[in-house]
Amino acid sequence: VTLALVLAGVIAAAAVVVVALPFLREPAPPSGADLLDDLDPLARQQLELAEARDRALAALKELELDHRMGKVSDADYRALVGPLRREAAETLRALEPRAAAGEPAPPQVRPAR
Amino acid sequence: MPELGRAALAVTLGLVLYALVAGTAAAALRRRRLAASAQNALVAAFGTTLVAAAVLLTALVRHDFSFTYVATHTSRDLPTGYTISAFWGGQAGSLLLWLLVLTGYAALAVLLNRRASREVIAWTVPVLAGVAVFFAWLLVAVASPFATQAAPPDGAGLNPSLQNPYMIAHPPLLYLGYVGLTVPFAFAMGSLLAGRTDERWIVATRRWTLIAWTALGIGQLLGAHWAYVEVGWGGYYAWDPVENAALMPWLAATAYLHSVMIQEKRGMLRVWNVVLVSLAFALSLFGTFLTRSGVVTSIHSFTQSSIGPWFLGFIVVVVAFATALTFYRLPLLRVKTRLESLVSREAAFLYNNLLLVALCLTVLWGVAWPILSELVRGEAVVVGRPYYDFFLRVFGLPLLLLMGIGPLVAWRRASLRGLVRMFLWPAGAALVVGVLLLALGAGSSIPGLIAYTFSAFVLGTIVLEFVRGTRARQALSGERWPRALSALIGRNRRRYGGYIVHAAIVLLAIGIAGSSAYDTVREARLVPGQTLAIERYTLAYRGLDERQAPNATEVRARFDVAKGGRQLGTVEAGKNAYTAERQVSNEVGIRSDALTGEDLFVIAEQIDPNGSVYVRVFVKPLVNLIWLAGLVFLLGSLVALWPDAAEQRRLAVRYREVGAEVAR
Repeated sequence: VTLALVLAGVIAAAAVVVVALPFLREPAPPSGADLLDDLDPLARQQLELAEARDRALAALKELELDHRMGKVSDADYRALVGPLRREAAETLRALEPRAAAGEPAPPQVRPAR
Repeated sequence: MPELGRAALAVTLGLVLYALVAGTAAAALRRRRLAASAQNALVAAFGTTLVAAAVLLTALVRHDFSFTYVATHTSRDLPTGYTISAFWGGQAGSLLLWLLVLTGYAALAVLLNRRASREVIAWTVPVLAGVAVFFAWLLVAVASPFATQAAPPDGAGLNPSLQNPYMIAHPPLLYLGYVGLTVPFAFAMGSLLAGRTDERWIVATRRWTLIAWTALGIGQLLGAHWAYVEVGWGGYYAWDPVENAALMPWLAATAYLHSVMIQEKRGMLRVWNVVLVSLAFALSLFGTFLTRSGVVTSIHSFTQSSIGPWFLGFIVVVVAFATALTFYRLPLLRVKTRLESLVSREAAFLYNNLLLVALCLTVLWGVAWPILSELVRGEAVVVGRPYYDFFLRVFGLPLLLLMGIGPLVAWRRASLRGLVRMFLWPAGAALVVGVLLLALGAGSSIPGLIAYTFSAFVLGTIVLEFVRGTRARQALSGERWPRALSALIGRNRRRYGGYIVHAAIVLLAIGIAGSSAYDTVREARLVPGQTLAIERYTLAYRGLDERQAPNATEVRARFDVAKGGRQLGTVEAGKNAYTAERQVSNEVGIRSDALTGEDLFVIAEQIDPNGSVYVRVFVKPLVNLIWLAGLVFLLGSLVALWPDAAEQRRLAVRYREVGAEVAR
């Protein structure tokens, strides 16, 4: 048995330990605690709405900056800002009902640790 | 210790195979511990690959010729730097570097993302592992760097053209780029597999693409400079298939980096972005295949190559997998948003994308056509420089113009009046530059003149962007201009980093146009004492010098150089005869003018025993702007790459709102 083979054995053993580590740390997790996070369809829909809202708000901010920089004329600014504000308001309204109804945050994320 | 190297690679293969199988099972069954175990396997694979790499490196440095790889790629007299760079000088070493970089990137991606969006990373791991399995398998079963033999007294040496300082940095950077494109591909596929098409995947893929794209860009420029100083033909890019191999994924990644902005701002082009990420990765594999299979030198070497068919098979699998998954997830990727106007920033990005992809596919066709032709008809067809130059002008010049137009046009739609107002100054400046250049004689090359005029336009728009942005910031905050400028860039890193990169591309365009459209060449046979005049330079041939380097005999023709009657010093050009490799290389002489960016480039084509020399001399205006462009490109990329805390906060807030984990 050469030194190289001994070292190879050590590497293989170390690899097995590293791979087994999550199971060695938690040999028997409580029921349901071994599941990966997952967004339910409702949460995904909300995430999409929040994204649309952020996009509309960011677009408004960028339009303001472009206008201040002189890249967008007053006429173009007036033509663009209205629809953008409406879009932002619509997404905000779509996100509102749940909060307005005082619903508690639904269990969008399945149990995870 | 070849056994240790072989064992380390075998363990790597086992680990990545486990990460593939366990990772897939964990993601499908939503098993948290199993997913963590698969992630650990991927991280551990980097460690074991590092051991294999250390074994090969040790063997190289110790000149252990019992390793076949060491014996065939180095010799005792090879300088230490090149002995180390021989690691990637051959096929098996290159593949090991691929695997090392891949597992390194994969480990980093896992460690940075394992707490964020676990669902996506759970599916990303098996994709990364799948690619790693392919390379680990090649190294274990097909092209091992740890094959042994009875040690010969000396090795065969390294190809002389690889004995250049650029070869120490150029290939690793290219590999950082090629391999880096695996990560955005894995994130894109992971997101599709998880059914998550929210912004999270864009943030992950964009950053990794930017890293890979920067490395690939700098790697290509270093390669171009290596060709310029080492290959000795007077140019820096010959549209060689291996050069094109790096250009194609870079073009696809460039298109993605632009189109992803449309998805970010407008939620559009989701399918297109997935296609571009997949295309960039597939082209990086194709590039490695071209470089490593030998298929481009002769179709027959393809059949003899041990890795060519494997690569081809893997590329087919990757393309089929990405296509099938994208089709499967089309309902998730479709969006209702439509392009509002053909005159808008998103439209400009779209035109940019079409041109970039058209250029990319044109280059791909130029590379693939000779291979297909030889395969089908049995005769080689040469796709030469005129083909590529033509399409570079057709697609490249409008691309250059769009670089100036895009940033100035408003999102959604712009009025004609607004456009006229925006473009008045830069277009006027460009027109003046064009007319001035025409008067100075630049009309001898129409594409060159157009390139310069467009470059002036783009530079004008970039300067205008910085000036207007700084002023707007000053008006808002009352800061002095240096502080306002730095705050402007700091708050909009990607935008202004992008502008700096655009400035680099303009420098590149000016350098390429100047050095290729307006260069001068003269050839002559000279005996000692004779002179050659070119442009304002005079070269007086003084004779030959011969000296002995550790691994080569160097012969140099010495010239005194004068410009406009003023002595500039000497330039040497000649040849190296390498002892172990039994090969001769051209060693060119270059005299650069730091003020004008011009080079005097001397090639000693033929050196005769009677002391006469046949020389080819070029004057290359503005060529040094190409190398300067590399530095500016790096600066712009770093600005754009710098972590954006505001974006992270925005994502974190959004995820908290829906009760998900904080995404990073």
